Amino acid sequence: MTDLIERPELPEGTADEVAQKAARGASLWRIRWTLFRRSARSNWKLFRANRVGLAGLVIIAIWGLAAILPTIFFATGYWTNTVYNPVTGLERNPPTITVTLVAEKTDPLREIDLRDMLLDQRIPDDLQIGETFDRPLQPAPPSLRHWLGTDPLGRDITSQLMHGARAAFGLGAIAATVTVVIATIVGSISAYFGGALDSLFMRLADLLIMIPALAVLIVLGAIIRFELWHLALVIGLLGGFGGTAIVLKSQALAVKVKPFIDAARVAGGGHAHIIFSHLVPNVMPLSFLYMMFTVTAAIQSEATLSFLGLLNVKTSWGLMINLANTEGYLLQGGTYWWLVFPAGLAVTLLAAAFFLVGRAMDEVINPRLRRR
Amino acid sequence: MSRPLLEVDHLVMNYKTEKGDVSAVEDVTFTLHSGESLGLVGESGCGKTSIAMSLLRLVAENAVFKSGEIRLEGTNLLALSEEEMRQRRWNDISMVFQGAMNAWNPVYRVGDQIREAMDLHFRPRLSTAESNDRIDRLFNLVGLNPAMADRYPHEFSGGMRQRAIIAMALSCDPKLIIADEPTTALDVIVQDQILQELKKIQAELGMSIIYISHDIAVIAEVTDTIGVMYAGKLVEIGPTSEVFARPRHPYTFLLLSSTPSVTGPRRKLAPLEGEPPNLLDPPPACRFHPRCPWATDRCRTEEPKAEDIGGGHLVACWNWQEVPEIGAMIK
Amino acid sequence: MSQPLVKVDQLTKLFPVSRGMFRKPIDFIHAVDGISFEIAPGESLGLVGESGCGKSTTGRMLVRLADATSGQILLGDADGSDDLVDVAHIDGSDMGKFRRRVQMIFQDPYESMNPRRTVFETIAEPLSVQNIGTLQEREERVSAMLKLVGLSPPETFLFRYPHELSGGQRQRVAIARALVLDPSFVVADEPTSMLDVSIRISIMDLMLKLADEFNVSYLYITHDLAVARYMCDRIAVMYLGKIVEIGDTEEILGNPLHPYTRALLSAVPVPDPSFKKPDVQILGGITKAINPPARCRFIERCPFSQAICEVEDHPPLEDKGGDHYVACHLVEKTA
Repeated sequence: MTDLIERPELPEGTADEVAQKAARGASLWRIRWTLFRRSARSNWKLFRANRVGLAGLVIIAIWGLAAILPTIFFATGYWTNTVYNPVTGLERNPPTITVTLVAEKTDPLREIDLRDMLLDQRIPDDLQIGETFDRPLQPAPPSLRHWLGTDPLGRDITSQLMHGARAAFGLGAIAATVTVVIATIVGSISAYFGGALDSLFMRLADLLIMIPALAVLIVLGAIIRFELWHLALVIGLLGGFGGTAIVLKSQALAVKVKPFIDAARVAGGGHAHIIFSHLVPNVMPLSFLYMMFTVTAAIQSEATLSFLGLLNVKTSWGLMINLANTEGYLLQGGTYWWLVFPAGLAVTLLAAAFFLVGRAMDEVINPRLRRR
Repeated sequence: MSRPLLEVDHLVMNYKTEKGDVSAVEDVTFTLHSGESLGLVGESGCGKTSIAMSLLRLVAENAVFKSGEIRLEGTNLLALSEEEMRQRRWNDISMVFQGAMNAWNPVYRVGDQIREAMDLHFRPRLSTAESNDRIDRLFNLVGLNPAMADRYPHEFSGGMRQRAIIAMALSCDPKLIIADEPTTALDVIVQDQILQELKKIQAELGMSIIYISHDIAVIAEVTDTIGVMYAGKLVEIGPTSEVFARPRHPYTFLLLSSTPSVTGPRRKLAPLEGEPPNLLDPPPACRFHPRCPWATDRCRTEEPKAEDIGGGHLVACWNWQEVPEIGAMIK
Repeated sequence: MSQPLVKVDQLTKLFPVSRGMFRKPIDFIHAVDGISFEIAPGESLGLVGESGCGKSTTGRMLVRLADATSGQILLGDADGSDDLVDVAHIDGSDMGKFRRRVQMIFQDPYESMNPRRTVFETIAEPLSVQNIGTLQEREERVSAMLKLVGLSPPETFLFRYPHELSGGQRQRVAIARALVLDPSFVVADEPTSMLDVSIRISIMDLMLKLADEFNVSYLYITHDLAVARYMCDRIAVMYLGKIVEIGDTEEILGNPLHPYTRALLSAVPVPDPSFKKPDVQILGGITKAINPPARCRFIERCPFSQAICEVEDHPPLEDKGGDHYVACHLVEKTA
């Protein structure tokens, strides 16, 4: 009762602004919009105070920019499609490198052995040990023309990285939205009705938690030809009916016992009204939080699946590493670092960024976590 | 009656928050003698709990003591190190907290938790036999069956848990107990039993008690002296019978006039307009003037000083003489 | 004598405690055990008792937040003309009509409002859920209600959120919402116990004024006898699911006949240090009414019990004259 810190504030300024709008006969939606902006502003202030969250937001913004840049580059002609297309591009004039045929290869960049002769048809068959040969450098290390070099098929890495960001965002968005919509509704309905319906959903959730998601995805990927949005949907469903539903249900339960739910019932509200006008809006902040975590999981699953070659996607970060692996460049130490590190770092960074934003949002949503 | 047991001397305490400094305790002065019971009454945000916590130096991290002293038997508690203060807690001053019923750790027996308090404060430590004996005597003192000491908190009812908390507060023979809303969450019959118990214990042990409550009727029943707090300031203090019979501060008068009672006239006469002020930015000079029917210009500009109007009764108001007799109509 | 607005007859609520084989409940808590009372139009009845006595459960049954196990709740018209209708088991569209006549004010001013909805949306909710009026009309009605409860000018309050209001203001909003449908009966569950002392009176005065103006009856649930005395014309004292004494407030508080009422009254602190309170005469501690035997429910705590109290069933309420009914074998009828 005597908690001085929690005294309600009366922001005369903005309340009057709204009051004036109301007096001028503004429509309810306009007022709702003003109120929304007001709360968004105060929430942003809280969010901003958390440095880690800001860092996450910055990273997301950078990748968002990266996702848009290719369109700009193609439109302005800075990149030509023939060379810079992430799937079909090919560096026509790759730099060449002089390689020497040796019996035992020690320097993979400048030496070739008999096995390479068998695999690479461009090397003339009659090359002798000790002789040199100029061959196209592919994958090429970073240069002015290709900021992050080219991959084994001669395609620009930077372009692939940027296009991969689109896949990641798209996947993340779809998966997160599906998860949150399902989990919120399932959680709210379970909490509200209880009984058999609740048991059904909760046992389903238990089942889904028990099953290792990645293994399921791998098996599914082997059976069906997974498109990107298939994957998003599956992740969404697994998550939505699974663990997230349980968390959101307990939040819904905490809301359900509050007196304002009783008040709504006494006012004449039926089941649908109470669930969708009262329970869901008060569960939503937590839902948004879990959206962030879902995006993290989605990006990582996609990377894993395309690394394993189970995803039918044209270009993605996982696929980049997959190619590096199948062409035998993965285990070469740091020599072909531009094939692996950019893509890997991208996955880590973006996934982590969403997670950090989620943690910062947690402070906004849960007043008790805030520092005074 | 020689030196007073407790002297609070012009205490000023703020809480530092993001939005600024909250002026929680503003220039509060009072004394307490051995064996006396003082009641601090006021509404939420008036500072009474802040004062209680200050006496034990259990204030929040963002609390800052700007000035003033708290002297226990002459020693300024605010100047002590944490270790020195720790020695005084429970040995000299102990507290019965608000919501004390939930202060029990559910996984330990009640007797063990009291023993823990004694182990922390008795030097040399009591033997098991001695502490058991002590616990038995404490339980008898508060009206509990000593056999309950071996039970867990959930096996106690609300009133019993409260009695046990009082036993724990008494466990190290303190000179002063601070009871912060000790009966607020209890039913009225249990509340009465606890209050009678506390009065009895106080008389038996010759202890001093500071009662803190928002319920002025409870304070009327159990205290010799009453201090009325408003917005961080002590506006009136004096013998309980005197202050109730002739309240001299407008706030006290209005508070008494707006307290429903089962005795006396049925419908009271003077509701208090407005709300308690925001302590981030309290009204200048007298903090009560926005709600005071007798406020004059002087009240808005000059801070009222505590005036002694005889018989140990002090008021901080310029216009205390305007305040009518209790029960009268106001304009 | 016109008909009462609300008539409760043998209202009972049992909660199952333990379940035997096949999940069939064996033990029951008799939270509310066959109580009966009437409330006249425009009258306020105080339901007083300690925690666990069943007063909150009774209140919830009267607004149909909980369903009665047995008994009738009869609702009449505000002018006492129409026949009484049993509302204990209605549903569907009848429930909608019921909700327009009976409303509730809750104890916690903050928790009884959705924190994500504005004052306007909260007060307008009964109207919008029942599809009453256009948006414009609702806004007008809500503004009118805000003025009525003292939150003026209404425009500055319409679009505030609960956390932007003080405790007293929130409870005024709660009152506005309870009255927006123009009900004839309002159940108020401890509406002032979480408010500051100086604000309680103004809220209670507001409720009294509105009751007068709009001819609303209250069932005022409280544990505080002093508050019940201030607010209520009549008072009912509950103990362990039974009404032990009921009648005119001043009559009962001036001349309490049931030993429990006497104990309760003696225990209430009085803001007058010179007042000598009588000793509280009561035995033992709190008890729960699980499968209670038929005898007087108060016997374990009654310092005056006799053999008759053990043998006979729980005493019925008997008229002692002057609107004063007591349920006790040992009280003589006043001459």
